Amino acid sequence: MRYAETGYNLQIDLSRGSIEREETDPRLMELYLGGQGTATKILWDMVPPEVEPFSPDNVLIFSTGLLHATPVPGANRTAVSTFSPQTNLQVHSGMGGFFGPELKHAGYDKIVIRGKAPDLVYLWIHNDKVEIHDATHLRGKGCLETEALVREELKENNAQVASIGLAGENRVYMANIGHGSSSASRMVGSIMGDKRVKAIAVRGTKDIYIARPAELFELCLRLFKEIEANPLLGDWMAYDDNDSFHHDNFAWGNARVRRKGYWTPEVEERFTTLKQTYMDRQTGCYNCPKYCKHSMSYPGRQRFFYKCYAKDTYHMAAFQDLEFSYDILPVAQEYGLDSYSTPQAIAFAIELYEAGILTDNDLPAFPSDVKERFILANGVYWAARQIGKGAEEYDHNTTKKLEQLPIKLGKLNPPYFLMIGTSEKGAITQTEGSFPQDPIPDREEREEFVRNWVAVPNDKLKQWFLEWEKRDQIPNEASCAVTEWNEIMHYLDDSLGICGFLSAFRGQFGGRAGGKLTGAGPAYHIHNMPQLISLATGMELDEAGLWQIGQRIRNLVRAVNVRRGMRRKDEVPPADHWAVRDHEFEQKLLDDYYQYRGWNNDGVPTRETLDRLGLDYVSEDFEQRGILTTNSETVRAQETSSGTEKSKAKGGVKKRKRLKK
Amino acid sequence: MPKYSSINPARARIRVVVDELKDLYVPIRAGEYTQAECIGRHIYIINGKEYSECSFCGASCPSRDLFKEPDSGLPLKCDLCEDEPPLPEPMCVQVCAHGALTYVEREEEGEEQEKPEEMEIGLESLVNKHGLEKVKHALARMSKG
Repeated sequence: MRYAETGYNLQIDLSRGSIEREETDPRLMELYLGGQGTATKILWDMVPPEVEPFSPDNVLIFSTGLLHATPVPGANRTAVSTFSPQTNLQVHSGMGGFFGPELKHAGYDKIVIRGKAPDLVYLWIHNDKVEIHDATHLRGKGCLETEALVREELKENNAQVASIGLAGENRVYMANIGHGSSSASRMVGSIMGDKRVKAIAVRGTKDIYIARPAELFELCLRLFKEIEANPLLGDWMAYDDNDSFHHDNFAWGNARVRRKGYWTPEVEERFTTLKQTYMDRQTGCYNCPKYCKHSMSYPGRQRFFYKCYAKDTYHMAAFQDLEFSYDILPVAQEYGLDSYSTPQAIAFAIELYEAGILTDNDLPAFPSDVKERFILANGVYWAARQIGKGAEEYDHNTTKKLEQLPIKLGKLNPPYFLMIGTSEKGAITQTEGSFPQDPIPDREEREEFVRNWVAVPNDKLKQWFLEWEKRDQIPNEASCAVTEWNEIMHYLDDSLGICGFLSAFRGQFGGRAGGKLTGAGPAYHIHNMPQLISLATGMELDEAGLWQIGQRIRNLVRAVNVRRGMRRKDEVPPADHWAVRDHEFEQKLLDDYYQYRGWNNDGVPTRETLDRLGLDYVSEDFEQRGILTTNSETVRAQETSSGTEKSKAKGGVKKRKRLKK
Repeated sequence: MPKYSSINPARARIRVVVDELKDLYVPIRAGEYTQAECIGRHIYIINGKEYSECSFCGASCPSRDLFKEPDSGLPLKCDLCEDEPPLPEPMCVQVCAHGALTYVEREEEGEEQEKPEEMEIGLESLVNKHGLEKVKHALARMSKG
């Protein structure tokens, strides 16, 4: 009897038009849980490193979390896994909403898609019936438009639909996959479009089996109420209209300018009025008492949805205000463009235009018969190299070829140096979250925080936090432990299918609510996750066991990317991310971190680390490929980009002409 | 826990009819089973939004899948979480954090109806099936022999 899991994946080969229902090995759940964890294993097995992302042999996987369709609140994030054309690495992508639980109830843990359809299609998954339908009549339609049309033609209003817009169809790297009021961003739309899948519609009405359902339900009922009552969980921006945090601290334009003091009471009043005028309601995801998403109706535009920082990214990149975002977001949503990279790519192009590197000849009004691929569609990194003429200098905010959070600060925050550089989730928000971002200056407050700190896994981390006074002064070992803890919790969330707003992203504020201290913290953490997993699956699990699973998943993701060529030389945060850099300190910190994680000096997991985690099939593969040598565990560091790093750091941030309103 | 508990929204006796794009959210509770669907449908306009009459109807009806067991097709009906011992409130009311649902017990004045006995119920169904005349003749034959 399979508990929590359905035990079946859908294997779909679009080149051959074949659909198979494949039974999975229960052992994989014990090793990698589900969601992104088991998806990584499939990517390792099915996709050799030579396979290009736009090849039919690349695989696109939609994974339910292990806890989807159980009563666990907030277990609703579907992981989307594939290889990106922009980074050539494994993507990190997921969407909330209702898709995952619906897929589970249809009887499948995953949809694994390989090959390419001869023309645009959509998939219809209704319990045991799985069909590939012609979607050529949906070509060019928006994401939400497609959803409505698909539901109508299938006569199934309760189907959950994930679709791409025109951006995905055209394989724009910044394309996302839309699903109602949610979306999966960071390059996955381009692969879905490459495979010519316009949409996936799912309807599931089967039962799910739980090992100890009554106990799990009672526990979850309590959790549900606690989560509802805890103001630190979910999206603050949903109910706190004071957004000075982003507007005063993050960089405007092409991640250039900090505008401290931008946020005034007048601005807050204007933004609040705008929101209240155009907002229909706030809404949430499957089985979650929070309401993080905003349903908006802006005149002249179709109804659209956003959550969190998506409210700011466009107008901050454009030096406009909230109304600009409200006007452009519905357009972007229907095209299926992500709101993280797209504003940066556009701001980048505007800077190039102002500098004369791009001219009116390069940016004509877009005629419909344009056949060449517009360069910006490839993201800032590639666009800069294709344009040339000094454009590379303007690509100042990418790591591993992916646009990062637009924030430029003063003194280095060592754990953040590690997280931004070494994370394979591609975004700091998907890496940080359990350990506070900054020290608490007042000693008594700090002690109170630690006293109420439930989620922290061990006393060492408590001690380090107690001793942490200045942001840039923290022992290397502490930085390593912080990075590791932050990361692992995200990998666990993404394999269980739990939302980070209740878990790995929220712990950093745990223990404080506004000015007062409370005992509140993330709903899910290393101490209570094992029990939830045991009750759901029947598997015996304790904290140490779960931690090890987290390490295994994380190291497997590392292995997948290392096999595709990622090394230490790629693990470089943007040069101007902090104004004050210390190359020697940073490289020593990186050395220490690699050693701490059990990786060699080039960032490759050692044979010992891999074997200890049961990943001996990886170490064998690495040895065959010469990535690891049998002679020594440490491979001398390749050119540690030391020369170029120093000169970039000295250059600092050049002032650019600001866009006039 | 109430009987008929399961981990499957398709079996739920209370659902929210949702259309995110049209901003429609209507909670409905599983009501009576009906053999035939309505011939026409009213359209209600509330606060400028269009709602089909079906959105407010809790019937288990041949025109839709709602409020039917997904495997057998048998009708679902809300029993207010009947349980032994009885729950203070139905579970949906307990769980809803936004106060959209309320449970009120009230006394209604009604005529005291005599509850028919088992035998009477049996006789009534025989009469319905075979007709009063046939049943009378059968009784007459039985009382002779």
